Amino acid sequence: MTPEIGQLALILALILAALQCVLPIIGAWRDNRPLMATAKSLAVGQFVFVAIAFAILTYAFLTKDFSVAYVAQNSNSELPWWYRFSAVWGAHEGSLLLWVLILDIWTLAVAAFGGKLPPRFHARVLGVLGFIAFGFLLFSLTTSNPFARLLPAPLDGADLNPVLQDPGLIMHPPVLYMGYVGFSVAFAFAIAALLGGELQSSWVRWSRPWTNIAWGFLSAGIVAGSWWAYSELGWGGWWFWDPVENASFMPWLVGAALIHAQAVTDKRGGLRAWTLLLAIFAFSLSLLGTFLVRSGVLTSVHSFASDPKRGVFILGFLSVVVGGSLLLYALRAPRVAGGKAFALASRETLILIGNLMLTISAATVLLGTLYPLLGEALNIGRISVGPPYFGFLFMLLMTPLVLALPFAPLSRWGRADLALWQRALVRIVALALIAGAIAFALGVHAWMGLLGVTASTYVLAGTAFYAIKRWHEAPRGKRYPLEMLGMLLGHVGVGVFIAGAILTRTLSIEQDIRMAPGDSARVGAYDFKFVGVGEIQGPNWLAQQGTVAVSKDGAAIVVLHPQKRTYPRGQVQTEAAIEQGVFRDLYVSLGDPLGGGAWAVRVYDKPFVRWIWGGGLLIALGGFCAAGDKRFRLRSEPARALDDANADVTPARLADQPS
Amino acid sequence: MNPVRKRRLIITALIVAAVAVAAALTVFALQQNMTYLYSPSEVADGHSPVSTRFRLGGVVKEGSVHRVPGTLRTDFTVTDRFHDTNVEYTGILPDLFREGQSVIAAGYMRGGRFAAGEVLAKHDETYMPKEVADAIAKAKAAHRAHLGAQPGGSP
Repeated sequence: MTPEIGQLALILALILAALQCVLPIIGAWRDNRPLMATAKSLAVGQFVFVAIAFAILTYAFLTKDFSVAYVAQNSNSELPWWYRFSAVWGAHEGSLLLWVLILDIWTLAVAAFGGKLPPRFHARVLGVLGFIAFGFLLFSLTTSNPFARLLPAPLDGADLNPVLQDPGLIMHPPVLYMGYVGFSVAFAFAIAALLGGELQSSWVRWSRPWTNIAWGFLSAGIVAGSWWAYSELGWGGWWFWDPVENASFMPWLVGAALIHAQAVTDKRGGLRAWTLLLAIFAFSLSLLGTFLVRSGVLTSVHSFASDPKRGVFILGFLSVVVGGSLLLYALRAPRVAGGKAFALASRETLILIGNLMLTISAATVLLGTLYPLLGEALNIGRISVGPPYFGFLFMLLMTPLVLALPFAPLSRWGRADLALWQRALVRIVALALIAGAIAFALGVHAWMGLLGVTASTYVLAGTAFYAIKRWHEAPRGKRYPLEMLGMLLGHVGVGVFIAGAILTRTLSIEQDIRMAPGDSARVGAYDFKFVGVGEIQGPNWLAQQGTVAVSKDGAAIVVLHPQKRTYPRGQVQTEAAIEQGVFRDLYVSLGDPLGGGAWAVRVYDKPFVRWIWGGGLLIALGGFCAAGDKRFRLRSEPARALDDANADVTPARLADQPS
Repeated sequence: MNPVRKRRLIITALIVAAVAVAAALTVFALQQNMTYLYSPSEVADGHSPVSTRFRLGGVVKEGSVHRVPGTLRTDFTVTDRFHDTNVEYTGILPDLFREGQSVIAAGYMRGGRFAAGEVLAKHDETYMPKEVADAIAKAKAAHRAHLGAQPGGSP
C-alpha cells in the first residue's frame, strides 16, 4: 500500500504548489496581507508532502520492494544497503524527486530566513518558487511517476548500473542539484523584482548570499562529478566536454558572471539589467541541463534509455519559463534598470570584461553542445563536436579574464589608481616569470606547462599582493570581511586550478602496456611490476584483481590492486587503483586478459591532478564564505527602509565600501 | 558628444568587437573539430571521407573480434547488417565493448580498413546510441530501396 501513499503525497504537494504559486502573487498584487501570509505555510506543507514521498521511495529501496517498477529496475537484493539508498536518485524518476525535494529545501530556507524581506517581495519570491515546484511535480506525476507498480512483482531487481555503484554517486547528484536548483532562488528574486518593478537595487543584495551558496554547491558538485569520472570511468580523464558535463558547466559559468555582476549592482547600482538577465539565464541553463540529461536527445556518457515524451514536457516548461521571464524582462527592465556611469579604468570595467568572457564561454559551450542537434534538424548529417573545440575556445576566452583577475580587487569602484596597477603589474609579472624559470629548471620544458605555471603564479601573486596591501591598510579586525575572504579564496582556487589542469595535461605520462606476470614497466620515474591477477569476491560482484608493485629507484612505494568486476547480470566494470598524492597520482587499471596470464594494463603517472579538484573546492569554499558576510544579514524594517532610501544617492556610503 | 554617451559608445564597440572575434573563432574551431558519423553501408558506397577523421557507427559483428598475439592490437568488424567495415584498434577497449553490441569508433580509412584511434561503447548494454540506431535504420532503408529497384526483389 505504501507506494500509493507516496503518490498521493505527490498529488497533494502538486496542489499545494499550485496554491503557493497563485495565492501569494495575487496577495502581493492586491496588497492583501493574509493572502501573502499563506506562502510560508504552503511552502512548509509542500515540503512535508514531498519529503513523505521521498521517504517512502527510500523505504521501498531499503526494504527491497520490487513491486515498485522503479525499485525493480534500479536495485537488486544483493546490492549493499548504502547503494540501495543512493539508488533512489540513480535514475530518472528518483533524481527528479530529489530535484523537487531540494527545490523545497531551498524554498523552506527562503521562507524561514527571508522573514525580514518586505512582505510583498517575499510573497512574490515564494510564489515564483511555487510555480517551479508545480512544473516539476506535474512533470514527475505525468511522465515519470516513481511509484508505478510492476505487477506481478519480480523476484529480484534488475540491479543498479555498476558505474553508479560508487561512493561518488552518493555525493555527486545531491550536491550538484543543490547548485542547479539553488539558482532558482536567484531567478525567483529577479522575477519578483521585475514583477514588483523594484526601483531600488537593494533586492540584489538580498539575493546575493543565495546565489553565492548555490554557486558554491554547483562548484562542489562539478568537482565531485569530475573526481568520480576520474576514479570510476577507468581512463583517468577528469573532464570530457560531454554534453551532460557541459550542461552543469554552462550554469556555472553564467553563475560566476552573476555573482560578480551582483556585486557591482549591490555596491554601485550599475549593471542592473545585466544582473537580471544573468539570473534568468543561469536558471534557464539549469533547466536546459535537466532537459539535455533527461531527454536523451544527445548521446552522452550519461544518457541512458530515455523517453521522448519527457523531453517534450521539459522543453515546453523551459519555453514557458524562458519566454515568460524574457517577456517580463522586456516589459519591466527599463523601469528597474539604471545606474551610475563609471570610468574605463575601474573595477566595474574589469568585472564587466570577466562577465563578458564568462558569458561568451557559456555561449560557445552551448553552441558546441547543441550543434549536433542543429545538424540533425538541418539535415547536414550526424555530427559530433570534438573536445578540442571546447578546450581551444575556453582557454582563449579565459586568457583576458585571467589577465584582468588580479587587478579587479586592486581597483576602486568608479575609477582605478593607474600608478597602483603599474606597481602591482611589475611585481606580479616578475614573480610569474621567476616561477616559470624555476619550473623550467626543474624540468618542465613544454611551452604549455611553462605557460600554466606562469599564469597560475600570476593569479596567486596578484591575489597575495592585494591581500598584503589590505593587511597594511585596513585596521585590525576589519581587514578581511567574509565577503572579501570569499573572493580571495575563490581567486586562489582559480590559480590552483590553472596549475593543476595545465600541469596534469602536459606532464602526465600515460601508457597502455601488455604485461605478463613478472613483467616490469618504467613510467616516468616509477617502476611498475605486474605480479599477477587473482580472484576476489565482493558483496555483489566477482573481480579479477591485479597486483602491481610500484617502486622508485628500488625503494618500494605502494602495492596497487586494480580490479575488473563482473556484476550479477554480467556487466563488467573497471575499478582503477590510485595512489593519491599532493604532487602526483599513480594510476593503474586493468584492460582485458590477453591469454597466458598477460593483461592489457593502463599505467599512468599524473602529476598535480589533485590540484584541479583542490582549486575547485577552494572556489566552492569562496562562494560559501562570501555568503556569510555580515552585510547580507537582513536588518529590521525601519533601519533598512532608511538605508534603502539612501542607497543610491549617498556617495559617502559608497566611498566607505572596501575597495 | 557628452562623456557618458562617449563611454557607452566605447563600451558597446568593445562588446561588439569581442563578440565578433569570438564568433569568428568559434566558427573556425567548429569546422576544425566536427566529425561526421557514417554507417558501414555508407563507407561501402564511398560516401565517407577519404583522408579526414570520421566516426563509424554500428554493431560489433559476432565472431569478428580477434586479438593480435603479443600486442594490444585488436581487429574487429563493424556491421549494420548489410555491409561490414574492418576496423583495427591498438589500446584498451571499453568495458562494454562486446560482440553483438553497438559501438562508435573514431578514426580514418587506411587501405580499405578503418584505423580507429578511439572506441566508445555505451554504459547501458540494452541501449543503442541514437546515431547508431539511425545509421542502421538508414542502411535498412537503402537496402530495401535497392531490392525494390530489382524486379521481383521485394514482396
